[in-house]
Amino acid sequence: MEKESGVYRGRCLKYGDNINTDIISPPMYMELPIEQAAAYAMSPIDPEFASKCRPGDIFVAEENLGSGSSRETAPLALKELGIRIVLAKSYARIFYRNCINLGILAIECSQTDKIAYFDEIEIDYKKGVITNRSSQETYRCQAIPNHIVGLTEKGGLFACLMERREKVDGSDIHL
Amino acid sequence: MGMTMTEKILARGCGQKSVRPGEIVWCKVDGAMMDDILGPRVEIAEKLKVLGDSIWDAGRVTIVSDHYTPPANSKQAEIVKFTREWARQHGISNYFEFAGPCHQIMVENGRVCPGDIIVGTDSHTCTYGALGAFSTGIGSTEMLGVLVTGEIWLRVPESIRIVLRGEFPESVMAKDVALKVIGMLGHHGATYKALEFTGDTFEKMIMDERLCIANMAVEAGAKNGIFPFDEFTGDFLRAQGTPCGEALASDEDAVYAQTVEFESEQLEPLCACPHEVDNVTEIKNLDNVTVDQAYIGSCTGGRYHDLKMAADFLKGKKVARGVRLLVSPASAQVWGQCAKDGILNTLAEAGAVVLASSCGACLGVHSGAIGSGEVCVSSTNRNFIGRMGSKEGQIYLASPLSVAASAVMGKLTDPRMI
Repeated sequence: MEKESGVYRGRCLKYGDNINTDIISPPMYMELPIEQAAAYAMSPIDPEFASKCRPGDIFVAEENLGSGSSRETAPLALKELGIRIVLAKSYARIFYRNCINLGILAIECSQTDKIAYFDEIEIDYKKGVITNRSSQETYRCQAIPNHIVGLTEKGGLFACLMERREKVDGSDIHL
Repeated sequence: MGMTMTEKILARGCGQKSVRPGEIVWCKVDGAMMDDILGPRVEIAEKLKVLGDSIWDAGRVTIVSDHYTPPANSKQAEIVKFTREWARQHGISNYFEFAGPCHQIMVENGRVCPGDIIVGTDSHTCTYGALGAFSTGIGSTEMLGVLVTGEIWLRVPESIRIVLRGEFPESVMAKDVALKVIGMLGHHGATYKALEFTGDTFEKMIMDERLCIANMAVEAGAKNGIFPFDEFTGDFLRAQGTPCGEALASDEDAVYAQTVEFESEQLEPLCACPHEVDNVTEIKNLDNVTVDQAYIGSCTGGRYHDLKMAADFLKGKKVARGVRLLVSPASAQVWGQCAKDGILNTLAEAGAVVLASSCGACLGVHSGAIGSGEVCVSSTNRNFIGRMGSKEGQIYLASPLSVAASAVMGKLTDPRMI
């Protein structure tokens, strides 16, 4: 993945509808530290996932990505494997927030069914355009909502909390 | 233009006279709940230290070690130990362990007040809507933000009104209503939205039933599920010695994104088939599915009313050979009341194994995981692939009564057929 003025490039690891949190972070491995648990990410449907993952890869799914649990171990496992951006037609809301809070860009695109495994794509999230370099197609994606841009640009919620702490006068109560 | 209950609660929380769906508001949080599996150990403890290690209001925080109690191994034991010590070090006196799933503990111990805004590190935090609170699940980092600031940003959700009228037919339970709603809306039919439950059927429901329905709201993708705070809610809170809150209902001219109406008489015992909660059909259509394990328990289907219905059905009957019926009461208090009233005895006589109050089997981390090729019929809330153990296992979700009937017949069974 490369980042230049709101443009990300990367290789896609592509899955379908309803990739839920029990698939991304199977409960039986949650007692492990995240560095170890990440090896089992996606294992109920793709035991090879962790070994295929390369830093900078883009995780792509279709409808209802991240449904189920509030477990942050799901996006944390993806982050541990080097994923910094996820793309889906729609998200379950807690997973979406968890991604943003961890500094993972979660982008909505209604045409992810056109993306194939290992396609190389380029996402210009400011313009809302995705270019599929493998198939030469282009898709529209939703720009990130304004109230979230600040959070993601700072690198997530923890970075914002750090910044807030440094403002000793407490003038910026809303992070 | 009027407001829904959810809008009224969020307006109060952000200090505005009114709010509209789609608006982003910063709300003060009335209560924060953490469990063991996703509580202090994940992202919170270490990062809070960096941020000064101080909590905005320890009195508003509740921690429940419930997923890993009793621990199955030393790793789980270390997590519970860590959670217990962290709670003590941070002056959190509302710490519970080995007492049952967090959501039942919150309700039983007066940690939920109608009109409250409560967030928790478990997606089924939406359960407290049964008491007229706004409650929703959040991740651990988000909880870190709440612990430091006492605030959270929320997008005011549109509301979907679910109207249910009339009397339940025999053998239909609240769980069947929840599955019906999820089957109708789809598992992301209510994403970002609030589900509001109104109509005389919901009004007559006892709290155990309301809790079951609000609990499952997230399975339709909802942000929260909510019941009006009525006389019944007030009686419930007074009876358990924690009276609080005041009457709250949506305005007559409140605006809804969608209204779904149905008649109770149309309801039948239902079942969600593997591996999605909205894969719903009438359980009578599934009588060719043999069962290895039957499970009654959890924050969805392990309350007093659930166990009583199962016990009344099982009295004088026996669990089929080769089937294990496991029962985990939803809290130590439920356990005690069921023991006192002879319910646990009836269940045990029918062949059930009565377990500790815990989340364990619901997510396959202890006390009843399933193996490859095994089928479990369960009164819990999720049937995702691999959730209760082997990814080659199959989970069917049904009411406690349907679980009991299936345990007796050794296959998925409509309780009306016995």
